[in-house]
Amino acid sequence: MQVPLSWYLIVAAALFCIGLYGALSRRNAIGVLMGVELMLNSVNINLLAFWRHIEVATASTPAALSGQVFAIIVITVAAAEAAVGLALIIAVYRNRRTVAIEDVDMMKL
Amino acid sequence: MSEFFFNLVWLLPLFPLAAFAIIVLWTNRNRLLSTWIAWIGIGLAWILGWIILFLSWANFEELTPPVHGHPVPLYSIPTGSLQLTLGFQVDTLTALMLLMVPFVCLMIFIYSKGYMNYGTENVDPRYSRFFAYISLFACGMLGLVVSDNFVTLLVFWEIMGLCSYLLIGFWFDKSYPDPKRITPKEAGLKAFLTTRIGDVIMLAGILLLYSQTGTLTFTQVFSEETLHHLATTYAFPGMPWATLIALLIFGGAVGKSSQFPLHVWLPDAMEGPTPVSALIHAATMVSAGVYLVARSFPIFVAVPGGLQLSVVAFIGAFTALFASTIAVAQNDIKRVLAYSTISQLGYMIAALGVGAYVAAVFHLITHAFFKALLFMGSGSVIHGVEHGHHHVHHGHSDTDHSDGDFDPNDMMNMGGLLKRMPRTGWTFIIGALALTGIFPWAGFWSKDEILAEAWHGFQHGGEFGVTMGWAFFVWLFLTLAAFLTAFYTGRQIFLTFAGQPRTEAAKHAPESVPSMTWPLIILALFATFLGLFGTPWANQFFTLIGEKAEVVGEHLPHGEFNLLIAGVSTAVALAGWFLGWLIYGRKPLTEPVDPLEKPLGPVYTLLKNKYYFDEIYQKFIINPTISLGRVCATFDRRVVDGIVNAVGTFGRWLSSWLRKAIDNPIVDGAVNGVGWITAQAGEFMRATQTGNVQNYILVAAVTVVLLLFLFLIRA
Amino acid sequence: MSIPQVTVSHVVFVILSAIALIGALGVVTTRNLFRAALFLVLSFIGVAGFYILLEAEFLAMVQILVYVGAIAILIIFAIMLSQRLMAPGYKASNEQWLWALVAAVALFAALAFILLNVGWPTAEASVPQGTVAELGKALVDPDQYLLVFEVASVLLLAALVGAVVIARER
Repeated sequence: MQVPLSWYLIVAAALFCIGLYGALSRRNAIGVLMGVELMLNSVNINLLAFWRHIEVATASTPAALSGQVFAIIVITVAAAEAAVGLALIIAVYRNRRTVAIEDVDMMKL
Repeated sequence: MSEFFFNLVWLLPLFPLAAFAIIVLWTNRNRLLSTWIAWIGIGLAWILGWIILFLSWANFEELTPPVHGHPVPLYSIPTGSLQLTLGFQVDTLTALMLLMVPFVCLMIFIYSKGYMNYGTENVDPRYSRFFAYISLFACGMLGLVVSDNFVTLLVFWEIMGLCSYLLIGFWFDKSYPDPKRITPKEAGLKAFLTTRIGDVIMLAGILLLYSQTGTLTFTQVFSEETLHHLATTYAFPGMPWATLIALLIFGGAVGKSSQFPLHVWLPDAMEGPTPVSALIHAATMVSAGVYLVARSFPIFVAVPGGLQLSVVAFIGAFTALFASTIAVAQNDIKRVLAYSTISQLGYMIAALGVGAYVAAVFHLITHAFFKALLFMGSGSVIHGVEHGHHHVHHGHSDTDHSDGDFDPNDMMNMGGLLKRMPRTGWTFIIGALALTGIFPWAGFWSKDEILAEAWHGFQHGGEFGVTMGWAFFVWLFLTLAAFLTAFYTGRQIFLTFAGQPRTEAAKHAPESVPSMTWPLIILALFATFLGLFGTPWANQFFTLIGEKAEVVGEHLPHGEFNLLIAGVSTAVALAGWFLGWLIYGRKPLTEPVDPLEKPLGPVYTLLKNKYYFDEIYQKFIINPTISLGRVCATFDRRVVDGIVNAVGTFGRWLSSWLRKAIDNPIVDGAVNGVGWITAQAGEFMRATQTGNVQNYILVAAVTVVLLLFLFLIRA
Repeated sequence: MSIPQVTVSHVVFVILSAIALIGALGVVTTRNLFRAALFLVLSFIGVAGFYILLEAEFLAMVQILVYVGAIAILIIFAIMLSQRLMAPGYKASNEQWLWALVAAVALFAALAFILLNVGWPTAEASVPQGTVAELGKALVDPDQYLLVFEVASVLLLAALVGAVVIARER
């Protein structure tokens, strides 16, 4: 508790921005995916930080666990998304023989 | 009861018109049916006509012209503020015409069956059409005589003109090797156009009449007030309206009745079939002109001593003598009769010109009968000679009508036919006796009455202001014409029937079939006995149309019997016959050469060529008109068409210029410009669609950051 | 305001944040993809440490199990399959890296500014015992998070089927 909430939030924000940078600038599709995972993690940190500093003290229901449940769901979704994303990358690789995102530009006018 | 029949008078023209329609529409292929339809049409008209005639005779007091009649108004034409009522009427002049018209038509219709060779292998290929045409013509003539106004009179007048054209040119495919000889097609056209000149003049007269009186119904036009008005108002100084109108209407009579100078069409109209010549150009249509003047007589006498009667008298008398001189030198049997007709019509016109109204109508009626008889007789002769010709030249194929060398009409090819064709011959001779005015045949009575009236006018001053001078002139010319009439008629008889046949064809000419000879016989009876109705001692004609008629307040002259004049005219006629016998009958011709040719020399040539009138007209009237037409055509082609084409070319040039100057740069430019702008915008926009997902996310991220900063700054 | 006392938690926090952030930086900058994956694992572990510091121990374990054990491994498998295509001299970053950097830095600046200036309504309280059991009950309690639980399982099913279909050999 001694660590103020704002410290956690700033670290999460930093992690998010780094993940954003990775998602925007990596050429490899898997690199982009890794950036996305970083962003999801930062979100989880935010959620749990708020849970600990606010909900635990102020929740009305006996078990104040919505923060943790939310975080679990986020992890679940991240897993699912990682699986599907990698499946997509493999499918694209089979079709186009490349994992570089900039080569997948069939939507270009 | 007479009312009942008088009210049916409109049926008279309708019966033959229905026959025409039925033949044209349905029975054209069936010759026998067409014949009977035509006969029934005219037959019904004849029966009804004679019923009306006898009823009128019984009631003549109420029906005398010009103002009294039994009107049958049928239709009013609204023409603005004035009304024209069309209809029919029965008066005694009409009734008198109905004595002659339907009956003579019926005789000729019966005769036509044989003439058009029904039932033989030479039957005319357009047989039914002939009967349709003559039925239509009968409708026209009947309609003319029962009209009660100038409008329907004009309509039926024109119908007759049309039928005349169609019937003269009935054998329109006939041609001759001699180019100078007129073909039926040309003759029909000539007839139509010549009478047209007269018709136009007449139309002008009728229109002026309408403009001055506001009506065209006979009873209204011929009323005292109207006539007085016409006589006293002037078209221009010295010319009262009545005189002008009368002269113009007379123009129509000059055309239709073939008087000088519009006489040129009638001789050439002989190219038509002989029944046509008998019907139209002897009995009915040509007498329509005389009827017209008789009907309009009140206008002619409205101005006493006026110009109009003098003109009428002069033209009539001149034509009578002029035509008879030409007849002397003609070899075509029908042309002799044609000129004879012109001459006799001149008699009638001249009679009207000296005020002998009753005599003129009397002569019209009798002339119709014996002239029709003569024409039909000549047709019978021509038929016989033709048959004789075919009989002799049996091997010839005769698919067309023309046989260049042999003319069956030429009297020089005849001779001795009295023995071969007795019925035709004797009836022809009876007709000739009537024509030349030998006592007691019909022509004597009617011709003599005219001469007596003329002489009376000379002696006592003419009726209706006709001067003594004119009366004498008329009497002299008509008497001379009577001499010549007898001469050329005798010549015709002797050349045709006396002596020996001069050709093989004449030698083998058979008598004609009964359907042709019976009408001849019946008409011969009329020619013999009809005159007795008009003798000066019991003149039925005068009773019918003369006695009660009040023409501009004066009574018509009652013909007295003048023994001197009768004697003179008989002597003159006998002299003519004698001269004819002397030259042609005593030693009948054996060679086809006219004995008069040498002695008369150039005179003979002049007469034979009809005083070269046709050539004069051609050179001075027809050719200039045609040249004028050509000039107009050239003008039309060059100038008018040039202008039209120029407008078209200009239009094309204008549209081309518009296309280059406006449509292409501006309109197309605008349209293309829009497209270009869209394409450029598209190109510009396309840059954002890189297809690279990371670009899209970057844009989103940058946008979020910017928004964030925006909110931060505002807060 | 009193000077905040520096306790052990603060120090641990700084160490853990260093691990997480350095791991993250490594992921986005290194050219070698395999190394990037390993840096990712490092970052995950740092994050797990944060969870323990936040007294969410169960979640820390879940983080290790799922993220490191499953997701990172999955990523490594995928890298193994596509390694041959990464040619040497191959750039790791694409053409818009500068813009991305600018955007990321700007975003962090804005977020930091906001986060530092908001008065968070924190309250002191202690985490009750038996949180895991309570968590389990909460997930299957119809009045609480049963629906969420079921939906999450459907999502996983869908992802499972989808991944298999997309990635299978034709």
